[in-house]
Amino acid sequence: MSGQTLFQKLWDAHVVHVEPDGQTLLYIDRHLVHEVTSPQAFEGLKLARRMPRRVDAAVAVPDHNVPTTDRSKGIADPIARLQVETLDANCAEFGIREFRMDDVRQGIVHVIGPEEGLTLPGMTVVCGDSHTATHGAFGALAHGIGTSEVEHVLATQTLIQKKSKNMKVEITGKLRPGVTAKDITLAVIGKTGTAGGTGYVIEYCGEAIRDLSMEGRMTVCNMAIEGGARAGLIAPDEKTFAYCMGRPHAPKGAAWEAALAWWKTLYTDEGAHFDKVVTIRGEDIEPVVTWGTSPEDVLPIGATVPHPEDFTGGKVGAAQRSLEYMGLTPGMKLTDITIDAVFIGSCTNGRIEDLRAAAAVLKGRKIAPGVRGMVVPGSGLVRAQAEAEGLAQIFLDAGFEWRMAGCSMCLAMNPDQLAPEERCASTSNRNFEGRQGYRGRTHLMSPAMAAAAAVTGHLTDVRELMGETV
Amino acid sequence: MKKFTTLTGVAAPMPLVNIDTDMIIPKLFLKTIQRSGLGKNLFDEMRYDRQGNEIPDFVLNQPQYRKAQILVAGDNFGCGSSREHAPWALLDFGIRCVISTSFADIFFNNCFKNGILPVVLPPEAVAHLMDDATKGENARITVDLESQVVTASDGTQFPFEVDAFKKHCLMNGLDDIGLSLEKVSAIDAFEARAKTQFPWL
Repeated sequence: MSGQTLFQKLWDAHVVHVEPDGQTLLYIDRHLVHEVTSPQAFEGLKLARRMPRRVDAAVAVPDHNVPTTDRSKGIADPIARLQVETLDANCAEFGIREFRMDDVRQGIVHVIGPEEGLTLPGMTVVCGDSHTATHGAFGALAHGIGTSEVEHVLATQTLIQKKSKNMKVEITGKLRPGVTAKDITLAVIGKTGTAGGTGYVIEYCGEAIRDLSMEGRMTVCNMAIEGGARAGLIAPDEKTFAYCMGRPHAPKGAAWEAALAWWKTLYTDEGAHFDKVVTIRGEDIEPVVTWGTSPEDVLPIGATVPHPEDFTGGKVGAAQRSLEYMGLTPGMKLTDITIDAVFIGSCTNGRIEDLRAAAAVLKGRKIAPGVRGMVVPGSGLVRAQAEAEGLAQIFLDAGFEWRMAGCSMCLAMNPDQLAPEERCASTSNRNFEGRQGYRGRTHLMSPAMAAAAAVTGHLTDVRELMGETV
Repeated sequence: MKKFTTLTGVAAPMPLVNIDTDMIIPKLFLKTIQRSGLGKNLFDEMRYDRQGNEIPDFVLNQPQYRKAQILVAGDNFGCGSSREHAPWALLDFGIRCVISTSFADIFFNNCFKNGILPVVLPPEAVAHLMDDATKGENARITVDLESQVVTASDGTQFPFEVDAFKKHCLMNGLDDIGLSLEKVSAIDAFEARAKTQFPWL
C-alpha cells in the first residue's frame, strides 16, 4: 500500500460518519468566530431552539468592524457597533470565550488563533472567513465556511464534507535575498490562477517552505484561498512545535508529550499520491506585485503592465476592465506606477516578522511626500511586541500612522478606506474592485516591498534599497 | 429553506470571469445582523453610481432583466470572501440559479444552503446559454433539477451533475443541521474516542 498524504491523515483522524457516496461528517476541533459572519448563525440556533454542542471548542473575537484608532469612545457607526455588540451578547449568552475589543489579546482572528495556542497541529479548524486557510501552516486542516455552516458547526461540532482532491505545491531550493513568503504565495497563484486550486487541498512543501518561519508559512497558507483552494497545509516540524510550546492554550506536561508524539506523525509519507503537482524553483521567484484586480494578476517588479491581447478567452475582457479600473497603460513599467497610500497589516502580513521586515527597510528613512502610510498590527500582542522592539518608533519616525489591531483596510469595512482612484501598495490579500474602498486601487506585495514603495512613492524593487540597510 | 425543483425564466448574462463576492455584495452591507433585505444592494458598485442612481448599462438595471431568476456567468463565479451574504443577496433579488463553467468552493456550498442551484456546464454549453441570456424575454431557459437538465430556448438540452445529497436537500427544502443531528450517537462515539486519543483537544 502506498503511503498517505498529510491531508489524508488529518481527514481520517476526524471522520465521524461516512455515507456510501463518500459524503462525510467531519469532526471540528476548533471553531473561530467573528462578528460579521456569526449573527445569523446564532439567530438560526435560537430560532430552532438548539444549543451549541461544545462551547469550549469555540473562541470569538471582533476584528472586521473595529476601529483602529482611539477605542475609548467605542464604534461610531451604529450598524457596525450593533454587530459587535451582538457578538458580545451571543458569546455571553452561550458562554463562548471572547477576546473583546478592549482586550490586549484582541486582533485578527487568524492572528490570535495561533498566538493563543488555540490553533494546534492535527486539528480541524473552521471559521466563517475564507482566510482560515492560514491555520494550515501548523499542519491543521483549516478552511473557511459560510454562515449556515457556522450554525451547523455550533449545533453539531461537525461539517458535512466530501473529500477534496490533493495538490502538492513544492518550492525547491533557496529564495533569493529580498524574496519572501508573500512572493512565494503570489507567484504560486500567478502560475496556477485563481481557480487552479478549486476542489483541492494544497500541501506546500520543499526546502524554501521548510526554511520559512511560522509567520512566513502562515502567509503562504493564508492565500491558498486566493488560488481557489479552501485549505493549504504545511507539515509541522520543530519550528512548529517550538512556536506552539508554552502558548496559553497549548497542552502542557504529559499532554504536551502525548500531543507531540502524534504531531510528529503528521507528514506526507514517501510515495503518497497527489492528484496534481506544481513545482517552482525558489531561485526563480522574484519580488512580485499585482497589477490588476485579481490576485492571479501577478508580475515580477521588473516587468511592464501587460496588454489585454497577451491573454486568451474571458481573461481578455477581464484584463481590459482591470486596466481601466486600475488606471494603467499597457507597456508602462511597473516601477513607474506612483502610489498614494501604503497599508501594512492584515491576516496575511500583520504579524511581528512582517512588521520587522517593513521596519528594516524604513529605518532611517521617510515616507515619500504626499503618501499616506498606515501600519495595523495583526493583534494587540503583536502591537505590544513591536513597540517593545522599537519597531513602532521606526514607523512613526518614517511618517506612518501606528494603529490598533484589526482587519482595517484589508477589506475596509471600518473607516480605514481608500478614496476613489487612490492607489495603495498593500500587504493584504485581495486586489478586487472596491476591496479597499469604493473605486480604490490595490497593488498586493510583501511588507518589505510595501515599505520600499512608501519610501520612493512608486512601486519599487526592494532589493535596490536593501544594500543600504541589510 | 425554499425548495428548488424546476425553474423557467429569464437569464441575465454576466460574461465577466472571476466575479468575486465583493462584487456580488460589497462589504458595506455585511454589517447587517439579518439575512434578508440584501437584494437591493446586489452588485451594488456595478449597479449604482456614487449618488445611488442606477447605471443604465448594468445588466440587472435593463428592463428585460429586472426580474431575472437565472444568471449565466463567466468562469470562477463567487471567488473570494466566504460571505454568505452573497447568496442571500442573490436570493433576495430573485436569482434562484447561477450557471457557469466553474464556481469557487465556498460560494458553491453556500448556494445550496439557501435554495439557490449553481449549475456547472462545459464552456460550449455556457456560451449557448449566454447567447440565450442576451435575448432577454425572447429566450427563456428552463432548469430542471430532478432530471438534471438545462434546456435552452431552442430546445437544446444540457445535462449537468449535482451531488445527490445536495440535490435531495434542495428539492425538499431540508435543513441539513437536522439531518446531521440524526447522527448524534456517532458524534458522541467520536468524542468519547477522541477524549482518550487526543486528550489535549
